[in-house]
Amino acid sequence: MPFIPHTEEEIRQMLDAIRVSDIDELFSEIPGGLHSGKLTSVPSGISEMDVGRIMLARSRQDGHYINFIGGGVYEHHIPAAVWELTTRGEFYTAYTPYQAEASQGTLQLLYEYQTMMSSLMALDVSNASLYEGASALAEAVLAAARARKKLNKVVIPRTVNPRYRKVVESIVRNQRIELVEIPFSVTEGTIDIDVLRAFDKGSVAAVVVPQPNYFGLLEDVDTLTDVAHELDALVIGLVNPTAMALLRPPGRWGADGADIVVGEGQPLGIPLSSGGPYMGFMCCRNKYVRQIPGRIVGRTRDDKGNEGFTLTLQAREQHIRRSKATSNICTNQGLMVVAATIYMSLLGPEGLRRVAARCHHNTNILLAKLTAIDGVYRCFETPFFHESVVRLDQPVADVLRAIEAQGINGGIDLSEDYPELGNALLTCATETRTVDEIENYATHLDRIMSRRSLDPPCAEKVAG
Amino acid sequence: MSEIPSELRYTKSHEWIRTMDDGNLEVGITQHAQEMLGDMVFVELPEVGSTLGGGEDCAVVESVKAASDIYAPIAGEIVEVNDLLRDAPETVNNDPYGDGWLFRMRPVDEGELDELLDAEGYTGVVAADS
Amino acid sequence: MLIFERSRTGCTNPSQAPDDDSDISGIPTSLLRAEPPIIPSVSELQTIRHYTRLSQKNFSIDTNFYPLGSCTMKYNPRACNKYAMLPGFLNRHPGSSDRTGQGFMASMFELQEILRDVTGMAAVSLSPLAGAQGEFTGVAMIRAYHDANGDDQRDQILVPDAAHGTNPATATMCGYQVKEIPTRPDGDVDLDSLRQTVGPRTAGLMLTNPSTLGVFERQILEVAHIVHEAGGLLYYDGANLNAIMGKVKPGDMEFDVIHMNLHKTFSTPHGGGGPGAGPVGVNERLRPFLPIPYVIDDGGEYRWAVEEDCPLSIGRLSAFMGNAGVLLRAYVYARLLGREGMQRVAEHATLNANYMMRCLEDKGVEMAYPGRRATHEFIVTLKSLKEETGVSAMDVAKRLLDKGYHAPTVYFPLLVPECFLIEPTETESKEELEGFVGALVEILKEAKADPEMVKHAPYTTPVHRLDEVKAARELDVAWQIPEN
Repeated sequence: MPFIPHTEEEIRQMLDAIRVSDIDELFSEIPGGLHSGKLTSVPSGISEMDVGRIMLARSRQDGHYINFIGGGVYEHHIPAAVWELTTRGEFYTAYTPYQAEASQGTLQLLYEYQTMMSSLMALDVSNASLYEGASALAEAVLAAARARKKLNKVVIPRTVNPRYRKVVESIVRNQRIELVEIPFSVTEGTIDIDVLRAFDKGSVAAVVVPQPNYFGLLEDVDTLTDVAHELDALVIGLVNPTAMALLRPPGRWGADGADIVVGEGQPLGIPLSSGGPYMGFMCCRNKYVRQIPGRIVGRTRDDKGNEGFTLTLQAREQHIRRSKATSNICTNQGLMVVAATIYMSLLGPEGLRRVAARCHHNTNILLAKLTAIDGVYRCFETPFFHESVVRLDQPVADVLRAIEAQGINGGIDLSEDYPELGNALLTCATETRTVDEIENYATHLDRIMSRRSLDPPCAEKVAG
Repeated sequence: MSEIPSELRYTKSHEWIRTMDDGNLEVGITQHAQEMLGDMVFVELPEVGSTLGGGEDCAVVESVKAASDIYAPIAGEIVEVNDLLRDAPETVNNDPYGDGWLFRMRPVDEGELDELLDAEGYTGVVAADS
Repeated sequence: MLIFERSRTGCTNPSQAPDDDSDISGIPTSLLRAEPPIIPSVSELQTIRHYTRLSQKNFSIDTNFYPLGSCTMKYNPRACNKYAMLPGFLNRHPGSSDRTGQGFMASMFELQEILRDVTGMAAVSLSPLAGAQGEFTGVAMIRAYHDANGDDQRDQILVPDAAHGTNPATATMCGYQVKEIPTRPDGDVDLDSLRQTVGPRTAGLMLTNPSTLGVFERQILEVAHIVHEAGGLLYYDGANLNAIMGKVKPGDMEFDVIHMNLHKTFSTPHGGGGPGAGPVGVNERLRPFLPIPYVIDDGGEYRWAVEEDCPLSIGRLSAFMGNAGVLLRAYVYARLLGREGMQRVAEHATLNANYMMRCLEDKGVEMAYPGRRATHEFIVTLKSLKEETGVSAMDVAKRLLDKGYHAPTVYFPLLVPECFLIEPTETESKEELEGFVGALVEILKEAKADPEMVKHAPYTTPVHRLDEVKAARELDVAWQIPEN
């Protein structure tokens, strides 16, 4: 049997030592009627070679697409060393570092990650990760409500990723938190700040401020932060980490900076992987350190005076605080943090800045080439980070389907979530896109838009 | 055997209560409690001016291995909290009945004090715990 | 040394980032970052050496025996990693159409079916990102069910006092009050107490079986009956599924909803704290409330179920469909084991646990539940050692590190004083088990002969006993650039 090391002889010896005649006797405490667990539809086991054959075939079937699609997770170059190191057995198969002396590798790495992340956000504290961006936002909403005790109203603008808003609603639904949406300007694509100003001071626990927002656009984060603070509300920043290497970070927004910041850490060295695993991050000011969920690593000394690292503030977590814990979170995204930390170290602050800059640069080229096509228009003139919206004079879904046949993921169809924008397409070009690829996209889009059929009906897709 | 001063009153949840000269109550946790919890790392105190019902949780004492809720022994209003504990939570361990006091409150009805345990009653609670 | 302390201004890795010739004039200068973040500027070799050396300071399954109760630290087959990271899966953007992900989705659909068979439930969703999120899902579905029935006076969730901390924490997150049910000295839930506590306010009971005490809940059918009769639902915490996989199905034990920990039972890697995956299975009663998305077989083509397909769903718990890479690893594992292999898992995990228990008992170590069989794990109590010598279970755990073994789970469950919860798993050899028994017995001798030595263990790890009080009192959670 795979992975079970015992020989028949050893099994016999063990059964003798236990003084039973066969393994079934070890299950004698289970009531007879429940011994019905035989598996009927699980297929029989196959060898590693045969599994490999199946998986290779499926991987090839799914092929390879050129990505002009973002919406919260992005294709970036990941240096080869990142995953070679991350999949070392000592990181890959290590347990949660509860026994600190046996886990100094993981713990020091987490401390370094916390340093990099909190500094990237210009805040005091980072935790050691949450599941991913959307649920991290939900946790931030809960943390803010905890910190503001008697208040339970949280403002979430419509320029926040619609999936994220749905997830927040699912998670906080049973905890008596009132989520209030505020609109955006259809011409500018950014939050309507006057609506925020109109709230009564002291009536709102927190305001979520995205940067960039779901449309890729840059919000007026300084005014938003100051207005929120004037209302006595906390500011929850929701940011893209790559962007923060180039843009002013949330700790420096407005007069006093954001209070809690979350986001999706996938852009930092984590592959797209069909949807996960990713990595949520959360940072905050010192005064909220006991309100935020997740593990935190602290630096300390051992009884010989050597520097060491350990999980700290565990009394807030589920295994100690139980029903009054900050969250029920136990397992987080540890391995992803290893990858993100190594990625950031390999790129350095200068490398990260250049990646961010190149993404902006490439998206500019993309937009220019796409809007040169008849029937494709810039939706917003507002400055963007590395993603923006174009409007088509045809339904986006049909266009995306046709472009997919050319081996290209053209972007995200916004028309269902934002009908007021018409046939809107959210698209981006990161540092991984070449000018040739961008031109190829534009050429095909042009053909598709003008319904010229120079290509055969079943265009080949690029095989993986 | 833990020290249990005879002039104080106690709750089953290991708080002690001292009646001060001005009629206000001073509240802290017992020697036994601080021993069980271990080295204090943080104390979360109630807001001055907040009104509490008897038995309502109003503070948290946190050690490395536990975070324990502290309950108002009887109904009243918080008039003072021990700011010393912000930077020196270990005072709760070192001097639980003296400098390690947590908060002071003005009681709504002093008569409710009679329902609390006396030193002998609390001795029974500690004995049952071990 | 921290990586920041190796940083030197001007050190870059030019092969990893684009050239510095991008046009960012489109971004208002007022929005640009002024000071660089504290991210090190080090060479590629420095980075590799630093993190390789750090990894060598870790215990891991690949290097050490890790009998952590309730964690199921079994071998993580490398094939799972290799095939989950094939380019077709690895480079696929989750916003791509279902059409272009049929290979991935076929694997997900088959995993759903495999887990349905293992659990004996009607339907499965793979989307919860870890056990705790699976628990949240389960309790949220229970809530949705009662709300849909207009049964809104049910505001209590029952948990045994031995429950894992995530259980009461989850109940609170779903807006419930927690009521604890005591456990009897023989390890089973106290039925009389349960009968007295259930009522019209009971939304449900959360239970692990085998329980957190390492024993099988023998009266499970009676427990189910009591809760169901009161109108409550039964939630199964699948943390200990390794003990019964292929032998007993939670569906047959009358549970309404179950979560599984794939990073335990299905051997996906622990990664130093994650990622995990916590799929949920439900019976027909709760099927309408399953979180989305999950895979549907639409006449031979796979697609994701979305809001329109499941109007009563509790919704989405994350932006996408779950920890895809973890799920792929679990799928490969399930294919390698197959039906027969899975049945052997529980048998050998139980054999190993009972063998260890027997060996330790023969050497005079005290069991918490001596009259009971071990399931895949068992509890040892070192209470008398503490009384005799002052050496605690934690001290013994630290000394085990010196012997090259990661300590078992210490101080959980909370009910048993000075305890070790020991789970060897089925992938450990007889030799390894005996080595651990020998080491533990040796330490118990050391504790009697020289308690101070054991109290200050460990001695051979990269650091000695760490000052956790200092870590919490003088919070240092991020390195700061020194003043000079």
